[in-house]
Amino acid sequence: MQTTTDIAQLEAQARRIRRHIIEMTGIAGSGHPGGSLSAADIVTALYFSVMKHRPQEPSWPDRDRFVLSKGHAAPVLYAALAESGYYPVEALGTLRQLGSILQGHPDMCKTPGVEICSGSLGQGLAAACGMALAGRMDRAPWRVYAMIGDGEAQEGEIWEASMFAAHYKLDNLTCVLDFNGLQIDGRLEDVMSIDCPSEKWRSFGWHVVKIDGHDFVQILAAFDEAKRTKNKPTMIVARTVKGKGVSFMENQVGFHGKAPSEEQMKQALEELATE
Amino acid sequence: MAEKRATREAYGAVLIELAKAGRDVVALDADLASSTTTAKFGAEFPDRFFNVGVAEQNMIGVAAGLAASGKIAYTGSFAVFATGRAFDQIRNTVCYGNLNVKICPTHAGLTVGPDGASHQALEDIALMRSLPNMRVIVPADYYEAAAALRAAADIDGPVFVRLGRAAVPVVYDESHTFDLGKADVVAEGGDVTIAACGIMVEVALRARDLLAADGVSAEVINVSSVKPIDAEALVASAAKTGHVVTAEEHTIQGGLGGAIAEVLSEQLPTPMLRVGVRDMFGTSGPADELLIEYGLTPANIAEAARKLLD
Repeated sequence: MQTTTDIAQLEAQARRIRRHIIEMTGIAGSGHPGGSLSAADIVTALYFSVMKHRPQEPSWPDRDRFVLSKGHAAPVLYAALAESGYYPVEALGTLRQLGSILQGHPDMCKTPGVEICSGSLGQGLAAACGMALAGRMDRAPWRVYAMIGDGEAQEGEIWEASMFAAHYKLDNLTCVLDFNGLQIDGRLEDVMSIDCPSEKWRSFGWHVVKIDGHDFVQILAAFDEAKRTKNKPTMIVARTVKGKGVSFMENQVGFHGKAPSEEQMKQALEELATE
Repeated sequence: MAEKRATREAYGAVLIELAKAGRDVVALDADLASSTTTAKFGAEFPDRFFNVGVAEQNMIGVAAGLAASGKIAYTGSFAVFATGRAFDQIRNTVCYGNLNVKICPTHAGLTVGPDGASHQALEDIALMRSLPNMRVIVPADYYEAAAALRAAADIDGPVFVRLGRAAVPVVYDESHTFDLGKADVVAEGGDVTIAACGIMVEVALRARDLLAADGVSAEVINVSSVKPIDAEALVASAAKTGHVVTAEEHTIQGGLGGAIAEVLSEQLPTPMLRVGVRDMFGTSGPADELLIEYGLTPANIAEAARKLLD
């Protein structure tokens, strides 16, 4: 698929994806807009700049893989897949409805382009490790990308997988921590602090890159640095804003798992107007 | 004295055989590779064996990722940890995605022995049987375990194969094959059906001898394929004998007895008694003494049959 390093193009693409997130959760009447919006720029960078993939051939053996371990952010993944051409953009309007290819959380059997089922937190990073291991066994050219949430990092399996990736020196694996600081019950530092995640992953044997997760220059540079890093997996600790791009959703824990009302949807789309 | 072998012995051996045959198998274990015998495979195929350390949830997740990338991923560990601790991973990543992961834990049931309740899985069949896409196999002996482990490689999707620690008498020989979804009538009879799985198949055959001495003719069926279950064979036998005893080294809730009760209650209601562990945890002790303590002997099965026939 045609990719770009043009920042203005990526910003415009991210804006379209944010509009989809608002519309699809608004129409569905449920879903997780906050954590989808915080991840939107990183996911845009992956699908429209970083990853090699073929939307017309979802199981192309040499494709790069993306695992959305924080499966609650399914809307951002679905929007990126639709915008890439895996299925028509119109399908986004069926999110969470009976018979839809777009389930509440990612389902690899129903949605073209989804690499693994996720939604039960903590499991995707382990699966991404398995993919990276398989790629290395086969001396395959593809890379594996994963995204975890900061609340998700409270799951023990994340740390099991983090130990594993470093132990087996999975340098074809890059994970992004969507560090937006909020989880359903409140601020991470109040609910269960993950303190200094960069130090944690560094001490687990990862190469760590800290970035602003809404700055495409930094995002692309971090993925590039990960590609060049040998013998270690890379964790990109991306500082993000939950609800990013919609004024009344930004840093609002209430929009973790609540869809915008019709009025809110209208206002959000005005803020995200293209041109 | 019949030949005795532990079903777990088949594990490493079959993995080696599959890899030598060119199958794209990988094996994962969680720091129990010497006990589960996957270490033997690891010694021969170090590039295909990955120890994850004491981290069963990660083991299942990594296996899912390997399977999603085309590998046939076999996993080890003990049945308690492989199915219980990693249940959510098996449910949400492996079974929901219908991935080619084989859950083949050893040390299932009471015959783990001295390690006691914490290590004696008595609910693993029930757990695995409840999951969509999962196939559940409880081999009767070493030869059937080998056949089932081989067959698992040809099934595209999740398979659970229940293996044991203790050396137990063999029922079959090298020529035995395993067919998913097929029960095997090991011995025919007309008065009562004894449907068993795992080590209880051999115990059921001894119960049949006890009953024969009383003039009771028992049919023994090995239901190693617990899911999918051979409803046709079970209904046919129940129709013939009119009495069914089930026997398993597992809780009587939700395991083989439960599965057969589900089939017969809908298709041919038949008087039944279930022999198994009765809503209790295990305890430490020698394997053979535990089977007596928990009522899993030929005499217990024969008694259940007589009770039904009274």
